[in-house]
Amino acid sequence: MIDKALIGGRKYYGLIAVLLGVIGVGVLCYLWQFFYGLGITGLSRDVSWGLYIAQFTFLVGVAASAVMVVLPYYLHDYKAFGKITVLGEFLAIASVAMCMLFIFVDMGQPLRVLNVLLHPTPNSVMFWDFMVLTGYLLLNLVIGWISLDCERKGVAPPKWIKPFIYLSIPWAVSIHTVTAFLYAGLPGRHLWLTAILAARFIASAFASGPSLLIILCLIVRKTTRFDPGKEAIQTLAKIVTYAMSLNVFFLGLEFFTAFYSQIPGHMHPLVYLYAGLEGHGALIPWMWTSTALAAIALILLVNPGTRKNENILAFAVVAVFFSTWIDKGMGLVVGGFIPNPLEHVVEYTPTLPEVMITLGVWAIGFLILTVLFKIAVTVKEEAAS
Amino acid sequence: MGVNRRDFLKITGLGTLVGVGGKAAADLVFKGQVEAQEARPNEGALVGKRWAMVVDTKKCIEKIHKDGCKDCSIACHTVHNVPDFGNPKDEIKWIWQDTFEHICPNQHHPFTSESLEGAPFLALCNHCDNPPCVRVCPTGATFQRDDGIVLMDFHRCIGCRFCMAGCPYGSRSFNWRDPRPFVQNAREDFPTRMRGVVEKCNFCAERLAEGKPPACVEACKVKALIFGDLEDPHSEVREVLHEHYSLRRKPELGTMPQIYYIV
Repeated sequence: MIDKALIGGRKYYGLIAVLLGVIGVGVLCYLWQFFYGLGITGLSRDVSWGLYIAQFTFLVGVAASAVMVVLPYYLHDYKAFGKITVLGEFLAIASVAMCMLFIFVDMGQPLRVLNVLLHPTPNSVMFWDFMVLTGYLLLNLVIGWISLDCERKGVAPPKWIKPFIYLSIPWAVSIHTVTAFLYAGLPGRHLWLTAILAARFIASAFASGPSLLIILCLIVRKTTRFDPGKEAIQTLAKIVTYAMSLNVFFLGLEFFTAFYSQIPGHMHPLVYLYAGLEGHGALIPWMWTSTALAAIALILLVNPGTRKNENILAFAVVAVFFSTWIDKGMGLVVGGFIPNPLEHVVEYTPTLPEVMITLGVWAIGFLILTVLFKIAVTVKEEAAS
Repeated sequence: MGVNRRDFLKITGLGTLVGVGGKAAADLVFKGQVEAQEARPNEGALVGKRWAMVVDTKKCIEKIHKDGCKDCSIACHTVHNVPDFGNPKDEIKWIWQDTFEHICPNQHHPFTSESLEGAPFLALCNHCDNPPCVRVCPTGATFQRDDGIVLMDFHRCIGCRFCMAGCPYGSRSFNWRDPRPFVQNAREDFPTRMRGVVEKCNFCAERLAEGKPPACVEACKVKALIFGDLEDPHSEVREVLHEHYSLRRKPELGTMPQIYYIV
């Protein structure tokens, strides 16, 4: 089926060329980082994780959200999702690939990364994250590819694939739970030390992932002869609505616990993020943008009239995507380090090469996504004709 | 020759697999023995069951107020080839000064005694009995010895910095760039590090093995740093802790830090 990715129109080649260009710049910047060290980033001994780990955390959520199309289709026989399950699975593959790359570019000694397997340490959550992410990538590769190949041949998927599909459902939940445990089990990092973190991660994942899938479905419908279907998009929109409501609710719970208990350590990072601390407030505009986007998106999504209008829906899900990206992608990871363990406020600003490497990894992800979607859509177009 | 491309790939692939697997298998078989040999102490080494340090802050503060003393930091950073980048972003530190309210954030209040308010306190790795850094390390590069010392294997560390997020005391530093040009008069009896690995205070494990006390303890002219074995009831650390009220940093976290501050 790979041949289908090699033949395309001018727009397809154009997109690939643009992505390759961004990847090229990213690779050059990464080579700089590789030979100089992570000192080319804005990170310091006080804020020791930043943009890379933030993207990783956010994208684990996008990857996990594939379960939101797989589960209704396979467990509840919800037919409308039949057409887009493979799109969800391919989005998961691209997302997990990006997650792994973001971990890789964040390593101080990338060539030693396989030490994680050579010296397995079950006491480390990172070891488990490595395991579940690799497993999830393999599951989606096998399931997505086999299902699509069967669709191309016009035959039913083989029986042996079913257990893998069922396994992929709890597995999706596990990748984001384990990722939350990276943070939620650390003593002394008050913003992260919260039992609801995994639940928050999953809620925001099921808001941001399906949002991206809706955007992708709309793009696919506009640029190809394959229509993912109005009903599928509307159902995804409902999923986004519920998940985003839960996400905002869970965030509210954090605020209540911190500010009603009045425990300084619990309040400090939230004060830093939303109001600034000791004269430092680099993330304030970001956090309030996230809040405003969440509010606007929820108004548009909860109201059936606006949700059913696909143009308004497109705007709302873009808002959800960026709101959760800021909240989880920047606020949560960076905010967890501020103030530092000695209660000094040391801020973090990503540098230009760091941003370029980040964009490069996103471009690799979108390249994988473009190629996989091209294959899937071509197969579906041919099957329909 | 009858070797075509396909066969060549098969043979080299198999060879690689055997090579990789063989090394891992050898590690599994011989690892324990190697470690057992390393664990036998030198003759004349200082041997303890639970190493700990007590900081007599009165003596320390007095000395710092008198002449801006930095003897312990200088001694430590010299013997351990700690680089000096001259900027806070790249900074690496093993033992350093901060103020009382930053070292013990929960012990401070608006009417703290004048002698403590803004007073310089020492910070270093706490060599916790229950160390979060060891728990989170995905490769075992950070590990705890039987005598309680938490050590780093600079060659195994992959630079993921999970330990830096895990340490509630900010005791760990990362080599954001090649440190070697920033080490003045590097000593050959302790390794310099390469970029991309984490490092921290090692309680001078290399000096204990030679029967010497930690460099900071030796450098302190007012004897404000007391090092010893808490399991030994007659040790000086036990005596001073018995006689004085002492603090530990963030005891509520359950890490059981082994640096004690007499106030």
